[in-house]
Amino acid sequence: MKFTEEHEWLRVEDDVVVVGITEHASEQLGDVVFIELPEEGTEVSKDDEVCVIESVKAASDILAPLDGEIVEVNAALVEDPGKVNEDPLGDAWFFKMKPADASQMDDYMDEAAYKDFVG
Amino acid sequence: MDALQRTPLYDLHLELGAKMVPFAGYEMPVQYPLGVMKEHLHTRAEAGLFDVSHMGQVILRGESLEAIAKAFEGLVPVDVLGLDTGRQRYGFFTNDTGGIEDDLMFANRGDHLFVVVNAACKAADIARMKAALEPGITVETITDRALVALQGPQAEAALSRLAPEIAEMRFMDVATVEILGVDCWVSRSGYTGEDGFEISVPDGSAEALCRALLEMEEVEAIGLGARDSLRLEAGLCLYGNDIDAGTSPVEAALTWAIQKVRRTGGARAGGFPGAEAILGQMAEGVARKRVGLLPEGRAPMRGGTEIYASDEGGAPIGTVTSGGFGPSVNGPVAMGYVSAEYASKDSELFGEVRGKRMPVKVVRLPFVPAGFKR
Repeated sequence: MKFTEEHEWLRVEDDVVVVGITEHASEQLGDVVFIELPEEGTEVSKDDEVCVIESVKAASDILAPLDGEIVEVNAALVEDPGKVNEDPLGDAWFFKMKPADASQMDDYMDEAAYKDFVG
Repeated sequence: MDALQRTPLYDLHLELGAKMVPFAGYEMPVQYPLGVMKEHLHTRAEAGLFDVSHMGQVILRGESLEAIAKAFEGLVPVDVLGLDTGRQRYGFFTNDTGGIEDDLMFANRGDHLFVVVNAACKAADIARMKAALEPGITVETITDRALVALQGPQAEAALSRLAPEIAEMRFMDVATVEILGVDCWVSRSGYTGEDGFEISVPDGSAEALCRALLEMEEVEAIGLGARDSLRLEAGLCLYGNDIDAGTSPVEAALTWAIQKVRRTGGARAGGFPGAEAILGQMAEGVARKRVGLLPEGRAPMRGGTEIYASDEGGAPIGTVTSGGFGPSVNGPVAMGYVSAEYASKDSELFGEVRGKRMPVKVVRLPFVPAGFKR
């Protein structure tokens, strides 16, 4: 698993990358109450705003961590945004993307580095 | 910036695991480990304990209650003289243009008035009262008492274990009540839309009182985050967001707080700052009104969201002043100002969120029915 400075996690499953937010991020956000997901099939560039997360406190974005295509979104999150607080690393994945250039993954932190990053 | 102040309950907040944030010059708990959503729902279902010691507590004394009440009426468009002993009332300081300088609660305590004002405004409020009322009336700032609120349907059950007589109080009653051996100034009121009490307690006894309440099964500590969503669902204004020096009580739909006796034709009509503007607006109407706004989708419309009359084009006809997720409504809720022509109930409007116009309906406030014990 890889981690971004925006507190997203990336997990490779065959030829797609699953993206979610870290436990640290979900704790910082507080209770998540609204999620907007991209449409499947959308071509995105790294750092595009692709999802909106609103918690009881504030709105924030999820950025595309890689160039590529959104191939699947976790529609269940829209119905039950609280999943992000309950199981951020498992059930509450946001989307799966097919990377245009998988080597972009190399720029991101491994788990140990991310742990250091969040202190 | 000045160092942040702490309330007498600061150490207890830390012990309870609160996340502390700066608020109106104080380090205050925004949430506890339970989290905003559960804290909110707990308060509506059982009882929540809030530290509101940052608010200003002020005593006005004079040669008679009548003299104090008459003088205070010169600052607020509210019936003070007509308030019975042992009763509390909502009011606001107005300015010469009819804007609201702060909102407040005041109580007739027999030989004095007890006034509670917002933390962010308290220095200005005290200066205003001193300038206007002294020397005939003395303005005493209470700096040795904490203020806590116990709110929710189980508040009475919880507090009456420590002081059975509070069960006899009605909504907006005030009394001195001995709790755990100290004299507390208790009012049956609050700012959550629930039944509950506000308790002014000597600094040194505040922690013991809170611990005794928190030991009870139905009581949880609640932070400012949930306090905000509770008051928003209750349709109550937050000074600085929903009302300020540029909004009048008429625009803010607070004319219910201006009793007949202070209105045109009343026995003590006018005589408060901005009377001409406010009474004029009451006669002639206003260009914009504060309304409840219920977004039809799931996306919260936060403060600053612009409101439009149609789903594309046109200039904004209003703005959200408070908005977010209402845990008890289980959806987004908001309030804000819209042009008077769009302020009627069921007006179908649009709020622009992230560049998209989303439907929002004008609704009657509050979003959740009040649980007051009248």
